[in-house]
Amino acid sequence: MSTSILQKDREKFTELQKVIDEYKDKEGPLMPIMHKAQEIFGYLPMEVQEYIANALDIPVSDIYGVATFYSQFTLKPKGKYSIGVCMGTACYVKGAQAILDELCKELNLKPGDTSDDLNFTLEATRCLGACGLAPVIMINDDVYGRLVPSDIKRIIDKYRNK
Amino acid sequence: MKSLQELEQIKQKTLDSVSLRKDRAGGIRIVVGMGTCGIAAGARPVLMSFLEEVQKRNLRDVTITQTGCIGVCRLEPMVEVTRPGEEKVTYVKMTAEKAKRVISEHIVNGKIVNEYTIGAAE
Amino acid sequence: MEFYRSHVLICGGTGCHSSGSSDIREVFQTELKKNHLENEVLLVQTGCFGLCEVGPVVIVYPEGAFYSRITKEDVPRIVSEHLLKGRIVTDLLYHDSIHEDDAIKSLDEVNFYKKQKRLALRNCGVIDPEKIEEYIAFDGYKALGKVLTEMTPEETIELIKASGLRGRGGAGFPTGLKWDFTAKAKGDKKYVCCNADEGDPGAFMDRSVLEGDPHCVLEAMAIAGYAVGADQGYIYVRAEYPIAVKRLTIAIAQARQMGLLGKNIFGTNFSFDIELRLGAGAFVCGEETALLASIEGKRGEPRPRPSLPAVKGVFGKPTLLNNVETYANIPQIILNGPEWFRSIGTEKSKGTKVFALGRKIVNTGLVEVPMGTTLREIIYEIGGGIPGGKEFKAAQTGGPSGGCIPAEHLDTPIDYDSLSEIGSMMGSGGLIVMDNDNCMVDIARFFLDFTVDESCGKCPPCRIGTKRMLEILDRITKGQGEEGDIEKLETLGKNIKASALCGLGQTAPNPILSTIRYFREEYEAHIRDKKCPAGVCQALLQIVIQADLCRGCGLCVKVCPTVAISGERKSPYVIDQNKCIKCGACLEKCPFKAIVKG
Ligand SMILES: Cc1cc2nc3c(=O)[nH]c(=O)nc-3n(C[C@H](O)[C@H](O)[C@H](O)COP(=O)(O)O)c2cc1C
Ligand code: SF4
Ligand code: FES
Repeated sequence: MSTSILQKDREKFTELQKVIDEYKDKEGPLMPIMHKAQEIFGYLPMEVQEYIANALDIPVSDIYGVATFYSQFTLKPKGKYSIGVCMGTACYVKGAQAILDELCKELNLKPGDTSDDLNFTLEATRCLGACGLAPVIMINDDVYGRLVPSDIKRIIDKYRNK
Repeated sequence: MKSLQELEQIKQKTLDSVSLRKDRAGGIRIVVGMGTCGIAAGARPVLMSFLEEVQKRNLRDVTITQTGCIGVCRLEPMVEVTRPGEEKVTYVKMTAEKAKRVISEHIVNGKIVNEYTIGAAE
Repeated sequence: MEFYRSHVLICGGTGCHSSGSSDIREVFQTELKKNHLENEVLLVQTGCFGLCEVGPVVIVYPEGAFYSRITKEDVPRIVSEHLLKGRIVTDLLYHDSIHEDDAIKSLDEVNFYKKQKRLALRNCGVIDPEKIEEYIAFDGYKALGKVLTEMTPEETIELIKASGLRGRGGAGFPTGLKWDFTAKAKGDKKYVCCNADEGDPGAFMDRSVLEGDPHCVLEAMAIAGYAVGADQGYIYVRAEYPIAVKRLTIAIAQARQMGLLGKNIFGTNFSFDIELRLGAGAFVCGEETALLASIEGKRGEPRPRPSLPAVKGVFGKPTLLNNVETYANIPQIILNGPEWFRSIGTEKSKGTKVFALGRKIVNTGLVEVPMGTTLREIIYEIGGGIPGGKEFKAAQTGGPSGGCIPAEHLDTPIDYDSLSEIGSMMGSGGLIVMDNDNCMVDIARFFLDFTVDESCGKCPPCRIGTKRMLEILDRITKGQGEEGDIEKLETLGKNIKASALCGLGQTAPNPILSTIRYFREEYEAHIRDKKCPAGVCQALLQIVIQADLCRGCGLCVKVCPTVAISGERKSPYVIDQNKCIKCGACLEKCPFKAIVKG
């Protein structure tokens, strides 16, 4: 285990411990803890998985199994802004592919990748449930709808300058 | 929550404030003319006075709305009151004081304040 | 409680939220202050009104004025004209909400709402979902009070049974019977769970209920808890629904504070509490055994039957699982009685169903209609028809588990049984409308692509079988289909249906089988003639210049990015199909409309 990460993120681990203490004695605590852990760390590195395994006294393979089963959990670090491009039925038909292509170009990223400065992660997602506004993208919790490719630059610039 | 009565109390307390959204047909309607002429003639204080009274007396089933110019600018501020099943009554040259009387006599007791009506003014 | 003469309802559903309704709320706040109206006019943030297409939506009472597509710039006008002077800003009203004589219609007169019957959605767009008092004012928690103080658990279950309510999560299992099973199961501890993992692409009925009326789900779960003998509930909700999660969290806290959740509710010895569990992006977790595994913190893989959740559910204890919309019906059934509920709907399907209308339809959005309403009524009278007056081709219900309904069945009254008879299913309520520009093979491929991606991989028929089917479909759409492919798809489909472990696999072939059933000739055109009649499948598309119309102007040559067009000036040009990438640039450029897709 790399101790450097442990030191750097000591505060984060303290926070994680609080979460674990809160859920430990509840039924089925693993998923809520992993959700919170991902909120705290941004992703679920091996160290975090091991930490949770120790605290709950379960094999780390269980945690790994859960982490890889659900698409929301990620083992790789994510950008500060996570951009999800909806590829659901409605959005797909209304031109989501062109939006995704434009984002790839603008950010110079492939879907699934994170920019080197850890600012952006680009992903194609399932229906976001805002089909009335198709095509839509979601940047963290903000939803943008009725997009055309030429809207992209303006939207991304807003986050670049934040 | 201890009982259904307690629940009923909360319901009644909130009901007045939401019933507005339920049916807009029933109940007494007070319509204040708030065209430019009405506002110039002092319709705002009249409206405020109605609001205050309704709130003070905790009257249910009263909606207060405004409308544009009712049409006879020289008689503004004008107010129309409709009680369910009754003819519309139009009051003219209203003031905040007159509004209070309309509430206590017409709205609460169902007695039209004849001297303020458009009939009396004509 | 203050008296406000006017209420401004701003839709805070996800649809309107993303088209900017929270900004609008802020502007309203400042504008009201500026005009000193803040004590006269109440701002209410509600759940979805259903007409997301024209969002953000704002309704002003008591007039019931329905403003649509409101921008921040429109707000000052609404405040100074409507709220201050009482003059409705007619040009901002929803187009269908004004009579010819300019008088405004009440909401139930608007075509979109006229044929609807809003039971599950009755409070959506009416109350502020973050205020428990408003829910109570509309008779909230009264059903729970009645059940706890006046009825036995057995009577409650009998009442639900008598109502004829069936599960809205897809399969349509009689709800009362499910409650009965769980109640009769032996166990020292039982659970009540709510399936809010709505995963069908294009469906958002449950989200709207959770966002617009979270308390009704909490109340119904508590009622169910009392009926089956459980003291703990879990709501399993998609993590992709942040607004729903937030409103539920608030609702649970408020209900606890008022003692409507917790110990000794209504002074009885019934105690019940609810916790939220977030999903993590796996469609299969909507399946009941997978969902329960996920609540336990495991991989969301379905378990082989016959371990009925009612007997052995979450943590091995008897568990009741119902869908959000199913629960949303419960309180009213208790208050109005089973006869009232039975009077709505058809012989075997009682009550209403919420549908999410999508794709080629004027009013995309959420509608709730009595069971037995025909597809024609939903699409043409409520949905406003197909944009551009195009012709209806088919509708898809039931998402990736369902099938398509062709024009010949437009007049079938929709209920659980009629839909499965014509090869589709009710599903959770996604309703996607297609016109002649949609290719049915492509649609089938789209849904299968979804299921292949979401298969958990536990059982081979689903993991391998659906993959095989997808490969065949891929070939067909690429012009490499072979004689016998259709039959292969049919056989594979039937086998997967019969042998897959869970509902996901068992229903995955449905979109393919039903499109073959009704649009076989379209498959054949792809396979034999290598043509896509709808002009969707890129590889089969040919862009050709009609020689008799071409005047040889040469404009198309200039726009073609791959230099696929050649010819002499003043005589017809031709496209080299090997070079053409079907971008369609020349189509738009041709002044004589000589270039066509085919
Ligand atoms: C693959 C799959 C996905 C499902 N997704 C959902 C869902 O998103 N929401 C839901 O309520 N039911 C879903 N169901 C149905 C549930 O398994 C279950 O039947 C339902 O929640 C029971 O509630 P009800 O009786 O109230 O309908 C799904 C089933 C399968 C097989
Ligand atoms: S049918 Fe598919 S989703 Fe269901 S258990 Fe089998 S592999 Fe998993
Ligand atoms: S398809 Fe994009 S929000 Fe549903």
